[in-house]
Amino acid sequence: MALARRSSNLLKPLSTASSSSFLNRRPFSTDDSTTITIETSVPFTGHNCEPPSRSIDTTPKELMTFFTDMALMRRMEIAADSLYKSKLIRGFCHLYDGQEAVSIGMEAAITKKDCIITAYRDHCIFLGRGGTLLESFAELMGRQAGCSRGKGGSMHFYKKDACFFGGHGIVGAQVPLGCGLAFAQKYRKEDHVTFTMYGDGAANQGQLFEALNMAALWDLPAILVCENNHYGMGTAEWRAAKSPAYYKRGDYVPGLKVDGMDAFAVKQACKFAKEHALKNGPIILEMDTYRYHGHSMSDPGSTYRTRDEISGVRQERDPIERIRKLILAHDIATEKELKDIEKLARKEVDEAIAKAKESPMPDDSELFTNVYRKGYGVESFGADRKEVRATLP
Amino acid sequence: MASIFQRVGAVASFDTKKFHLSSRRSLSERKASFLVVRSDAAKMNIGFNRIGGRADQLVTNAVATKPDAPAASTASKPGHELLLFEALREGLEEEMERDPHVCIMGEDVGHYGGSYKVSKGLAPKYGDLRVLDTPIAENAFTGMGIGAAMTGLRPVIEGMNMGFLLLAFNQISNNCGMLHYTSGGQFKIPVVIRGPGGVGRQLGAEHSQRLESYFQSIPGIQMVACSTPYNAKGLMKAAIRSDNPVILFEHVLLYNLKETIPDEEYVLNLEEAEMVRPGEHVTILTYSRMRYHVMQAAKTLVNKGYDPEVIDIRSLKPFDLHTIGNSIKKTHRVIIVEECMRTGGIGASLTAAINENFQDYLDAPIVCLSSQDVPTPYAGTLEEWTVVQPPQIVAAVEQLCR
Repeated sequence: MALARRSSNLLKPLSTASSSSFLNRRPFSTDDSTTITIETSVPFTGHNCEPPSRSIDTTPKELMTFFTDMALMRRMEIAADSLYKSKLIRGFCHLYDGQEAVSIGMEAAITKKDCIITAYRDHCIFLGRGGTLLESFAELMGRQAGCSRGKGGSMHFYKKDACFFGGHGIVGAQVPLGCGLAFAQKYRKEDHVTFTMYGDGAANQGQLFEALNMAALWDLPAILVCENNHYGMGTAEWRAAKSPAYYKRGDYVPGLKVDGMDAFAVKQACKFAKEHALKNGPIILEMDTYRYHGHSMSDPGSTYRTRDEISGVRQERDPIERIRKLILAHDIATEKELKDIEKLARKEVDEAIAKAKESPMPDDSELFTNVYRKGYGVESFGADRKEVRATLP
Repeated sequence: MASIFQRVGAVASFDTKKFHLSSRRSLSERKASFLVVRSDAAKMNIGFNRIGGRADQLVTNAVATKPDAPAASTASKPGHELLLFEALREGLEEEMERDPHVCIMGEDVGHYGGSYKVSKGLAPKYGDLRVLDTPIAENAFTGMGIGAAMTGLRPVIEGMNMGFLLLAFNQISNNCGMLHYTSGGQFKIPVVIRGPGGVGRQLGAEHSQRLESYFQSIPGIQMVACSTPYNAKGLMKAAIRSDNPVILFEHVLLYNLKETIPDEEYVLNLEEAEMVRPGEHVTILTYSRMRYHVMQAAKTLVNKGYDPEVIDIRSLKPFDLHTIGNSIKKTHRVIIVEECMRTGGIGASLTAAINENFQDYLDAPIVCLSSQDVPTPYAGTLEEWTVVQPPQIVAAVEQLCR
């Protein structure tokens, strides 16, 4: 009896992805104790600072988490692509596939109390901050279950409890906001930093330099992250910027150039930057990354760059492929298991889309909600004078 | 007609005492007792004729500096006398004392004390981070203030001149006004953006802009314009306490107005208009500096036998259509006197709002006297005629009430 039981255990197929705990079945994929040392793809280049080391320690659990999360993000963006083409998502939809490593690496280095603010390519960063797929898809489709109740749209994802400040449509306008977040952190003497993300197109905005000057003047814990995907919509960086070395643009502010397709390089850089910002004030990180889609869904993405270039980057520098190779090389999981993870991601995304489609459109009365906030402690009539006098409890 | 004045004066002195007693409230979280004074004149029909006086003859530039207050308003309250910029400072200081999240940022607000001395003495008291001297980067420091507000701070952003805020228009419009909405209510932006605007004394075109109306269409913000030390302090405090972004328009020429204000703490309502002088014949709606031109004209009109009702609308967005409407229902004639531009100005949208809501009560078309659609010239005589002068107001009332 005992023997039969033991053998039946051995014969039990290990690769049935039955429930969400399939990751826990393999003893070493949740292994937090084994340290694996990985070298980043290229060394860091520093400006006015000593770049951190190329070697990073990680664990199998972290590798698997990276893979799972990036696969989910990639799936979400591809699904958003098809939803847009079937006209369920309207307006502007800026997709992040290809750049997932920046979000993942950043999250691995920081806490949920550190603030992140970014521009309109925010779906995956929202997910990285703890947002759910349902909230993302519902917001993209303009439904009530969305993170901004359907009133924001693709460019306005926010998650206050995870210190994710969005989600901004105007290029570069989020950089002064980010410095304001850092200012508040310094004002309250918190031990946290703000990651202000912008693109290579926004790097030419004047308000960026204004904000950088102020951040450097007052030693604000602001980390400016330039996600350099080499194209500002249809304009290549060499046609828009005299100096494409965005990490050097800070002049007196130190900078670091990072391979943004390597999640571990990003993680190392963000950790380094956080330590630096808490002590010495602002620092610029330039993430050398790439987007596979066009600027947005209205842009095919091939009029200003060749398909060979896109597929070349996909073959050589794809962030998920890099993690996959690392996992296989260190024998943490098999090829099939990784494929199963991707299938599970696809299933989760499909379920979330189905659930989001069920969510209703916002009520008509929602047109007028959240324009103002009412009441604060003294009797006030409210902006429309029809409200009952509101007083603070 | 002198009897009207006396009656108004008598009512004022009696009712202010009554107000002090009946509207005393104490909220548990505050140590000092705290008084809400409502200028609820629509119900009580009293005139709070608090204007510091003006010279007796008709002068073309009415900026009151002589403390020629009527006996009624000074006799009934002890109070203390101060200038408008000091009133603003008092309001700021009280709020900063009360809430450690209130901070000031702007050009030269700290060590210099503010270009109009509004924040003088605050930086030594509260430190350089709380009274922040920014570089000349309106776009960025307005954005910074808004970002700080998203996390819960309550910055008071000063534009050295309202015209400079045009550089920050993107931040004010897109981020300040819209973030509460686009985030589905997650973030509130309790900023106060304040600064002097309006036509001064030969400051030149770029420094004499009347641009309240540029900000008027931005959804999500509130706009108020102060005109006396009393309402300057009250509106400043209300604006700081409000969870909505508020733009507080001050006027360059009104900073030296002197008035006696109560010693007790008071906060005014942001969305309410102020009844300056009740009357029967015509409603004159005005705000900011033009209030003084109107009161000047009112003196002449009273001597000529007219009884104008003067309302300082104070709240530019949203309009206090309640008070305005009650007045129109009484007088059936409206004149709007404003310093904003003729085209697309505050008066233009107020005209539209009144026409929409009170069409049936109007006996005559609304007359809107606004400043001319020109850049403010430098020459003194030309500058005078850019804005509305009391003789023009008198003529308009006579024309309307014929």
